[in-house]
Amino acid sequence: MTKSILLVGVGGQGTILASKILTLGLMESGYDVKMSEIHGMSQRGGSVSSQVRYGDKVDSPVIEKGSADMIVSFEKMEALRNLDYLKEGGVLIINDEQIDSMSVITGRENYPDDVLDEIKKHAEAKVLNATELAEKLGNVKAANIILLGTIIKSMGLEHIDWESIIKANIKPKFVDLNLEAIKVGMNEV
Amino acid sequence: MKKLMTGNEAIARGAYEAGVRFAAAYPGTPSTEILENLSTYDEITAEWAPNEKVALETVIGASFGGARSLASMKHVGVNVAADPLFTWGYTGVNAGGVIISADEPGMHSSQNEQDNRYYAKSAKIAMFEPADSQEAIDMLKEAYEVSEKYDTPVMMRLTTRVCHSKSVVELSERNEVPLKEWTKQPQKYVTLPAHSRMLRVTVQQRLDALSEYSEKTPFNRVEMGGGKVGVIASGMCYYYAKEAFGENASYLKLGFTNPLPANLIKDFCSKVEKVYILEENDPYIEETVRALGIECTGKDLFPKWGEMTPDVVKAAVSGEANKTIEFDKDKLIARAPSFCAGCPHRGFFYRLGKRKDIMISGDIGCYTLAATPPYSALDTTICMGASISVGHGAQKAFNMGETGRRVVTVLGDSTFFHTGVNSLINTIYNNSNTINVILDNRITGMTGHQQNPGSGFNAKGDPTNMIDIETLVRAIGIKHIFVIDPNNLEEVDATLDKCLAIKDEPSVIITRWPCVLKKFSDADLEEFDNLFATKNVVDHNKCIGCKACLGTGCPALSFDKEAKKVSINRDQCVGCDVCAQVCPVKAIAKED
Repeated sequence: MTKSILLVGVGGQGTILASKILTLGLMESGYDVKMSEIHGMSQRGGSVSSQVRYGDKVDSPVIEKGSADMIVSFEKMEALRNLDYLKEGGVLIINDEQIDSMSVITGRENYPDDVLDEIKKHAEAKVLNATELAEKLGNVKAANIILLGTIIKSMGLEHIDWESIIKANIKPKFVDLNLEAIKVGMNEV
Repeated sequence: MKKLMTGNEAIARGAYEAGVRFAAAYPGTPSTEILENLSTYDEITAEWAPNEKVALETVIGASFGGARSLASMKHVGVNVAADPLFTWGYTGVNAGGVIISADEPGMHSSQNEQDNRYYAKSAKIAMFEPADSQEAIDMLKEAYEVSEKYDTPVMMRLTTRVCHSKSVVELSERNEVPLKEWTKQPQKYVTLPAHSRMLRVTVQQRLDALSEYSEKTPFNRVEMGGGKVGVIASGMCYYYAKEAFGENASYLKLGFTNPLPANLIKDFCSKVEKVYILEENDPYIEETVRALGIECTGKDLFPKWGEMTPDVVKAAVSGEANKTIEFDKDKLIARAPSFCAGCPHRGFFYRLGKRKDIMISGDIGCYTLAATPPYSALDTTICMGASISVGHGAQKAFNMGETGRRVVTVLGDSTFFHTGVNSLINTIYNNSNTINVILDNRITGMTGHQQNPGSGFNAKGDPTNMIDIETLVRAIGIKHIFVIDPNNLEEVDATLDKCLAIKDEPSVIITRWPCVLKKFSDADLEEFDNLFATKNVVDHNKCIGCKACLGTGCPALSFDKEAKKVSINRDQCVGCDVCAQVCPVKAIAKED
């Protein structure tokens, strides 16, 4: 059975690294894996998404609307924007961070105060502040790996050897930080 | 060894394994990473060319010279390279030659949605369409065999989702193919009309032979299911179809798509009751199937534009969309891409957008974003390098009327080298009076920092000759040239005033400041003082909350509605000073 995980956020939040580590772990443990990303203009502060699918044999790398087993949103507006990808009963994890877009900064639009309320009207969501948790670990940049930890726990992927995946793909001086970040994320769900 | 690779990484790997020795490209989403990855192999000479036509021509030459070679480009790049492509179809190859076309169904980062499979058909060359990364490797290796056996250029048509999706591949060793000897054969390589008339016959014979290949290649295969439905698809659409129609349907998966296998198609369709054809962009396969007299369902049912993802397919076939969560869409805010904090385009376009009664002719690059608020400083964009020539035509038309409207054209350094330089030659030759702005940010920005003829480095990252834009512009014959710092708003205004005052002759403004995301070279550090080394800060005692600075559209700025004060995000700010120059009460200063 193919599983689908959608990671969404804003350019620069580290969704790509988190999904890279995730897909490498899935491949090493024997799953067929496909991942789709849209590059290009999204790098300039636009919305970004990484779609990860795994199972015995994966066909499409693209997740259908209404079919994601899990959505992890690195920013709360992006969770709302992608809510129609979540399947009924799917897991929704939201990083409680607000990033104003250019239309908000220049005053053409207001960032609504009740984004999380609107989401919770329609789906059960676990909201955490990965940025604050990362600060406590000593580096805000670990927020993305904390969110990866929530995926590992929620999707039951604890059996994968994440330590060796992290060691093979992260600079040595950040390995301990990232291993700790995974644990923090796992404890949050 | 197993590895996760994007389609673009796999194309580069396939080229390496196929013994490719020479590759050239011009960057363009979604094709850019192909040459970036090719440049990492020591065995391959990989070059950024100034444009796609030059890239393909160098590849044709390398093929004639005896080296297996590859050109890669985005779909609209093939328009630029179409001239050599069609005639290469006549001459054929010496060593194998492949052109990669990366199409963009859905236009994630492109100006149109053209279907380049028609190029292969029209140029009468062979074509493959891989569906995933493993096929990208396998088909590319086969493409070189086909190219040399049938003496044909081969097009490999990718789409964004093939280019940018990762899937598992198995790596092999490189097949070290020796250089082929070059011999003088004017009848083959010199396309005089007398030679071309003979080559035209050869091309037709080659197409007949390739039709036979198409019928028997394992890349065109049938997968029979138990049901009555049969689906014909190529590339990523095969996987979309599998997902949407399931295991019960039968599939004709086409990997070699010019010429199409007529007999295989007829045979497959005779074994199923209902035939669906799933393809993105245009009904390329469908037209052939219908011409064979076969009843089928294609673009009469499926959308004529956009990506044919499984949910789109299911909704079209069943008439019912997937059940999704409904929510209040009014709560969404737009999140369009924008200029980075410290982007050298910000100051220039902030001021240019304030000018009334001018037409701004734009081009393809990060600066195309200047069309959007708060700048609204672009009036047209057509294609790479077109700003200067479209602007010239518009200026000539305006000059026929009474408005006195002036045209300002804007394009980047890489785009100027691409084809803008030809347009500027036209501007001086035909006595134009446009104001032409070359936004020299010292790199090819939008596609992720590829070197270009003005950057001083080649595709491998080695130092090379650097073309000086000012000298080039002067050599063309432009008399009025101004080199300015785009972050200095007074200088921007004064220079625009000067150029607008020159009524009868063309002028060129070169704005010179590096892209904030660039890895700075020694030359950059020497030329530019204090390169992004400072921070700006708002004195809240002075800030009157007028929001003038927010009008520059900098993502590092934010407004506290309760305190009515602006703040600058210290992590993002790089001290470009544009906001400080806009502040009417001098509340923004350099941090101590």
